Amino acid sequence: MSLDPRMQAAVALHRFGFGPRAGSLDAIGSDPRGALIAELDRAPAASVADADLLTSSEAARAAFDFRQERRATRLAQRAEQAEAANKGASSEGSAMANAAETPNASQPNASDTPIASARANGGPGIPQQLYLEEAKARFTAAMGADVGFVERLVWFWSNHFCVSADKGPVRPLAGAFEREAIRAHVRGTFKDMLLAVESHPAMLMYLDNARSIGPDSMAGVRRGKGLNENLAREILELHTLGVRSGYAQADVTSFANVITGWTVVPPRQDPAHGGEFTFNPRMHEPGSQTVVGRSYSDTGVEQGRAVLIDLARHPATAKHVATKLARHFIADEPPPDLIERLNRRFHDTDGDLKEVAKALVTAPQAWDAPRGKLKRPGEWLVGSLRASGAPLADVRPIIQALTLLGEPLWRPPAPKGFADDSATWMDGLAQRLDIANQISRRMGDRIDPAQVLEVALGPLASPDTRQAVARAESRPQALALLLMASEFQRR
Amino acid sequence: MTKLHAASRRELLLASGALFAWAYLPKVALAEGRDPRLLVIVLRGALDGLAAVAPVGDPDWARLRGDKALTLDGAVPALALDSQFALNPAMPNFHRLYKAGQAIVVHAVATPYRERSHFDGQDVLESGFGKPGLTDSGWLNRALAALEPAGRAEAKPHNAFAVGPVTPLVVRGPAPVLSWTPPRLAPAADDTVTRLLDLYRHTDVPLARVLEERMGLAAIAKAGGMDQPMKPGRPAAGGEQPAGGAQSPPGGAPRVRAYFAETAGAAAKFLARPDGPRIGALAFDGWDTHADEGAANGRLAALLGALDGAIASIETEMGDAWRETAVAIVTEFGRTARINGTEGTDHGTGTIALLAGGALKGGRVVADWPGLAQAKLFEGRDLKPTTDLRAVLKGLLRDHVRVPEKALAESVFPDSAGVKPMNTLVA
Repeated sequence: MSLDPRMQAAVALHRFGFGPRAGSLDAIGSDPRGALIAELDRAPAASVADADLLTSSEAARAAFDFRQERRATRLAQRAEQAEAANKGASSEGSAMANAAETPNASQPNASDTPIASARANGGPGIPQQLYLEEAKARFTAAMGADVGFVERLVWFWSNHFCVSADKGPVRPLAGAFEREAIRAHVRGTFKDMLLAVESHPAMLMYLDNARSIGPDSMAGVRRGKGLNENLAREILELHTLGVRSGYAQADVTSFANVITGWTVVPPRQDPAHGGEFTFNPRMHEPGSQTVVGRSYSDTGVEQGRAVLIDLARHPATAKHVATKLARHFIADEPPPDLIERLNRRFHDTDGDLKEVAKALVTAPQAWDAPRGKLKRPGEWLVGSLRASGAPLADVRPIIQALTLLGEPLWRPPAPKGFADDSATWMDGLAQRLDIANQISRRMGDRIDPAQVLEVALGPLASPDTRQAVARAESRPQALALLLMASEFQRR
Repeated sequence: MTKLHAASRRELLLASGALFAWAYLPKVALAEGRDPRLLVIVLRGALDGLAAVAPVGDPDWARLRGDKALTLDGAVPALALDSQFALNPAMPNFHRLYKAGQAIVVHAVATPYRERSHFDGQDVLESGFGKPGLTDSGWLNRALAALEPAGRAEAKPHNAFAVGPVTPLVVRGPAPVLSWTPPRLAPAADDTVTRLLDLYRHTDVPLARVLEERMGLAAIAKAGGMDQPMKPGRPAAGGEQPAGGAQSPPGGAPRVRAYFAETAGAAAKFLARPDGPRIGALAFDGWDTHADEGAANGRLAALLGALDGAIASIETEMGDAWRETAVAIVTEFGRTARINGTEGTDHGTGTIALLAGGALKGGRVVADWPGLAQAKLFEGRDLKPTTDLRAVLKGLLRDHVRVPEKALAESVFPDSAGVKPMNTLVA
């Protein structure tokens, strides 16, 4: 490795983590690569403060209750208006009058439940509140990480297996999905992550499998409804094998048949288990299916699991994942021998994601590659807050900033997730300047620019950048220039 | 489930980090039947005092600045103040107030800081200490702390607000402070964009290209002829865009103007309220005019015009309270007496302070003029400071707000007993 240790520490923090905080460079300076591996090995590194966060099924039920109550309120208000219009027509207690009393009767203890208080305050509804709580937990973890390598991996996999909060029922679950399906397996195996993701209610709703019905299943025959191929196709194209890797339309259809019945318990039907994953045999297409050259007999939910396990082990999947990892962390066009190294490690360890991550940071190419990759907006934003020592008091400005920067949290434009190349994000440079100015106005007066330069860039800072920061007309301007400097934008 | 809550007021304030206020009131002044307001505006980046208030009567003036010297009979005529000084034509409102006896210029003024670092200079200016890096509190806050709380019966504990787009050191400290968010974000200062572009050109050409395109700077520079040296032209005052675009103000000037006016106006609205705060501060950036200063019709003219608009906005929003108002506009240091090699000015020493408000005994330029002859310049390059800025501020604080002189000499401006408060600033 040709880099001196301090330089290597700076590269480690920017390329594999969320950027330095005060003291980071010194803390890992003696063994930067060891620090990355230690973070992978350390048990609590992938956890968030989740004791109070809802599970996805709890979240789904809370959101359902909230919507029901809001609907009841609306109906009651409509009834009240109708009654007001009929005022004087009848003085007897009619059905309408009774309905109109309902919301009033519930008022006295309204503030006891978040649902009612959200309604009474006209504040954000439950889905939005859950989204904000999850967002805060996510950014607290990123801000607080020593290096942030594990958190970066969480973000990577969360984008690889993305869901979108823009789809109504997914919104309250988006954060829980990341914790339950991604975070829980980020240092486990690809197979377990894949199984958790594809059976997660958020994914089943996002890619419509919850409604997919086998044409010859009991429900299909009786209701005349049928297959939805969306999830099956995206699993093959985006989650595992990769596009144009040899599967055909017949494979997509067969696979879609295999996972019919993978659905979500409707909260309306079951107040105790609503929102949980379930396999509904009445929706499941009977019979054996052939997917990517192998035949799978109908073993109910196990049929789908068997296909997923084989897909996780498929050589095309290893290649696909290795390429995406290398592209994300190293370069838009990663060195082929690095891809091959990750590919081989993935194959040799049966998709052990911790081992693959270690193979990445122990590869010389991962350190020697030029620092040309533009940071993604969220990465840069968290790095900016870490460098300037900004506290995370309220997550909403972060969410707003990410939206402005074109990377709205858990709201990718398509199942493919956010793009992972520099060219896509270059256009947002002017928006980054706006955000850098905001951060600088908030923090700039409290910092010593020269000191933050050492914290954030240290040996990476070019003489030009040092001079621009030193000659800035004010501390806030110095901080803005530092956060916008090429060395801080690229990694 | 955790208690889901809207972000508390405090969290919002931290997040936006904008505006400051406190509930301390000048009790002694109140007892005298007055209800004074004081607003401090910090201009960061070092204002070229000579370009804002030109010493047109000094025989060396034109020699020093050449065709960049504002004069009474130039292409962009300066506004006469007295036989010696004339105001930058971008500031008609300040000129009107001056003529009405409601504005004062203090010239050849400086803080005790004699080096040329922005950060340290701002630290001295806002902290009120003789040297940088000694404290985390500002003189304005400590002046407030030196006043006893007024304890007006009707005053609510936190009814007070002062306004500023940044978290100025000058208001930080022991006296309680609240903040309020301005309605619009401060625009990215043109100067920051220019510097960033310059940095990218040296370090990352693709980023420079993107920034140029996205900011539309390339187009503006072309249309405005900014790749050519600025030519003298007709005045940009009055809001009219000169034809041909050769004298176009820098991109974003209308946004800067609107931002200055709105921020200052919002501060004034709070100060004007009967139950509102009485003292506040805000800061405006962008005065570091190293290249293409444009005192007559370029960047500095646009900034001074925006500042002039802010003063007008304060006057309007104050309403009747303008009679009891003093606005003090200060900067960390001045700029070189000569124009440099890039049509701008570098960091200097002596500069101006501007005071405006109905409470002032105005219509005067206060200056112990040192002259601009080579031998008279500070270190052979800067306007020599002959007045200590602390004397001006002490005069205002003592006579307008009634901060005790002992506190001024000890806690507000430590170790400044030798700097006597300036008399007769207040009517």
